[in-house]
Amino acid sequence: MTSGVDLGRPQTQSVGSDEDVVRVRQLVRTAAVAVRLSLVDQTKVVTAASELARNTLVYGGGGTVEVTAIDNGRRPGIRIVFADSGPGIADLDLALTDGYTTGGGLGLGLSGARRLVDEFDIQTAPGQGTRITITKWSR
Amino acid sequence: MERVPILKIGDILLVSIQVDMSDQTAVALQEDLAERIVATGCHGVIIDITALDIVDSFVGRMLSTIASISRVLDAETVVVGMRPAVAITLVELGLSLNGIRTALNVERGMELIAIERADDDHDEPDDDPVPEPTASP
Repeated sequence: MTSGVDLGRPQTQSVGSDEDVVRVRQLVRTAAVAVRLSLVDQTKVVTAASELARNTLVYGGGGTVEVTAIDNGRRPGIRIVFADSGPGIADLDLALTDGYTTGGGLGLGLSGARRLVDEFDIQTAPGQGTRITITKWSR
Repeated sequence: MERVPILKIGDILLVSIQVDMSDQTAVALQEDLAERIVATGCHGVIIDITALDIVDSFVGRMLSTIASISRVLDAETVVVGMRPAVAITLVELGLSLNGIRTALNVERGMELIAIERADDDHDEPDDDPVPEPTASP
């Protein structure tokens, strides 16, 4: 769904613990600086990645995060894929609603992360795991 | 797991978060702070987040929880040093940090706590002021 050409090999981080979520933030921060996102956009994409990596850990039972620098011919950007083989999401509309949570959190992870990025794609089904792709373009 | 140090300065506990906290570290800080408030009898907590380059919903919730726990233990919490980009992102994320007092820096935070304590000594808590009756024409 995402447009743009990969600029380099994706960097992958497995997510199996709290510490891995911290590593995902650091990986995304480094990539966001490399494609010259503004400070505010760096902050937004790292925050979104933090929310989604935590979801991968807590709801997906762990998984992987893949970070790629991309270019659509006009501007560079960063694409991040969060994949898990957990239970999947049965009611996606509900899961994307502000304040809805099954895990005792604030219910802002998915919906908030979607607001912080330029493109947001989610593929999930019960028993099929969840795969979320986000893109943030440099302005 | 890393632990965030808590410093006592006079009647105030100062927490300066200098690391990218894992969720476990954030939860441990909540518990450590509650214990230190009771052990020291301090009436103010300042959390300096100058070094944090993001605040996500987990850390945001931790800050709200610390503020609530402190209030129950008779201490005021002030969060200081939020970066502009962090503030912009928090609002877009949908986190309003309800119930959290903020100040620009540690110095202002200390002033705010001093004012709060002085007010408390004089009159009843006025967290929910009665709205002024509007004059009817």
